[in-house]
Amino acid sequence: MMRQITWKLSIKVVFLSLFLVFTVFPLYWIFVTSLKPSNEMFTIPIQYWPENVTFENYINIIKISNFDVYIMNSLILSLIAGVISLIIATLGGYVLARFEFKGKTQVIFAFFITQMIPLFIGLAPLYLLMSKLELINRLPSLMLMYTVMMVPFCTVMMKGFFERIPSSLEEAAMMDGCSRITALFKVIIPVMLPGLAATFIFAFVQCWNELFLAVMFIDKEEAKTIPVAMNSFITKFDIDWGSMSAATVLSVIPTLLLFAFAQKYIVEGMTQGSIKG
Amino acid sequence: MKIQTETVTERGLPLFRMSKHGLFIFLCLLPAIILVSIFTYYPLLKGVIMAFQNYSAYDLMNIRFIGLENFKTIMADIGFKESLVNSFYWVFFSLIPQFFIGFIVALMLRRKFKGRGVYQAFIFFPWAMSGFLIGLIWRWMLNGQGGVINDLLMKLGIIDTAIPFLADPTWAMVSVIVANVWYGITFFAIMILAALQSIPEELFEAAKIDGAGYFQQLFNITVPYILPTLIVTTLLRVIWILNFPDLIYSLTNGGPAGSTHILSTYMLEKIMFGQNYGQAAAVGVIIIFILIFFSIFYLLATKFNKAGDF
Repeated sequence: MMRQITWKLSIKVVFLSLFLVFTVFPLYWIFVTSLKPSNEMFTIPIQYWPENVTFENYINIIKISNFDVYIMNSLILSLIAGVISLIIATLGGYVLARFEFKGKTQVIFAFFITQMIPLFIGLAPLYLLMSKLELINRLPSLMLMYTVMMVPFCTVMMKGFFERIPSSLEEAAMMDGCSRITALFKVIIPVMLPGLAATFIFAFVQCWNELFLAVMFIDKEEAKTIPVAMNSFITKFDIDWGSMSAATVLSVIPTLLLFAFAQKYIVEGMTQGSIKG
Repeated sequence: MKIQTETVTERGLPLFRMSKHGLFIFLCLLPAIILVSIFTYYPLLKGVIMAFQNYSAYDLMNIRFIGLENFKTIMADIGFKESLVNSFYWVFFSLIPQFFIGFIVALMLRRKFKGRGVYQAFIFFPWAMSGFLIGLIWRWMLNGQGGVINDLLMKLGIIDTAIPFLADPTWAMVSVIVANVWYGITFFAIMILAALQSIPEELFEAAKIDGAGYFQQLFNITVPYILPTLIVTTLLRVIWILNFPDLIYSLTNGGPAGSTHILSTYMLEKIMFGQNYGQAAAVGVIIIFILIFFSIFYLLATKFNKAGDF
């Protein structure tokens, strides 16, 4: 019995270690690259840790580009789009979870179909629409489009979370004289914080990372997000891998931190919302 | 009094009572419906119309209906056929390893152990990154003769000479798929882990008392219990992977010589280089058709009836 357990354990340890190396190595590698001086970038044999650690790539990227502007833009954009998506998804998800009504299946079906629509099919009409609203080259256009992109999936995610919470909870509160809305905010919301966190982080990360809409709609330096800026680096013929890797590291730090701190809630939230047969 | 009617409505759905909650339901769903209608479905509708027009940014004054011309043109294009076939490889060979490795990782993380939180934080990292950055990182690692992956493979004695990962069409396709697998395992691991943790422990206790072994427990309890999650997660992944041009765009940009294009990057190229929105929209229509047919077939095959509950 004991031997069998240690055998199983060692398989587990080996597998998990290999998988960890596989997962982390690319990140490690881009980090190491970002610390290499330009003359070490292509040296053979390859240096797995730079001989001379330098921050010149970071200094360079901050000097040659408005990286602080891009980070601020991405941050504001993702926060606002994330919060608005969360609010809309909470309201919609609540109603879809708690009530039966005509058209409910159709609404859910319409949300499901949005996931299949290739981004580029509606690009030209969307562009015309945005230019009529005079939002081209301005961050609110992205806020609007990102919110729209996030709402269907987040709503269904929230629906799942609400379904996990017994409706007796808000019924009891309403018995005490709360209105449905007060019950929702005072009783239900606090119980499902992990679910809310998971949904918000999902939306935030998606908005933070979105590339193509941002590239198509934003061309002005003041309104550029990080992906737009990074994209303009690679469309040049020669990629400067030093600055590129430094920019990559800088741009993933916020989402990595968010994930590191919140992964517990994400799994917890998903557990609350996981679909049961 | 109020409470009475409300509880009845919630579960019993007598439709004539709807008027009471109708306004509340309507108002809560209104923002979502308005936004999605105006900014998703309206452009989609326009886009579908464009698929039957000669809509090119070079010739905006002369837009007219041309029937199935766009479809005929792309169907005759070798690049389209290639990207159609590639799309299949891309989805299938990305999904299968993502699913199985993600599943194994989730199984191994189910029981609490010291440092599990930290471990999870590390392995969940790929999911926090954009497909664009992932493509870029892999492009650097696979870069020419001096890429780190060639170096590692040679050091481990797996290969003798460097592989031209991004210069050879087959290897380039393998490369984008491996990068995508790397990215997607996490998603499955999170979803499956969450589902695993919702299985009541008593089920396993009971099975153990009955003398069920590890694999018996796995196939008789675990898999059936989380099957709905597996079905829905897999379907969503198929949809997302097919519509995921970001990684290929930054890793190979469809190259060398168009050999790694999938439908969505092919579509992107029609827009970026050809400015041909009509043909791009036609490709989009084909993508939607493929996905709808696949979804119907998949849901029927898995006998899954909660299609809307993604």
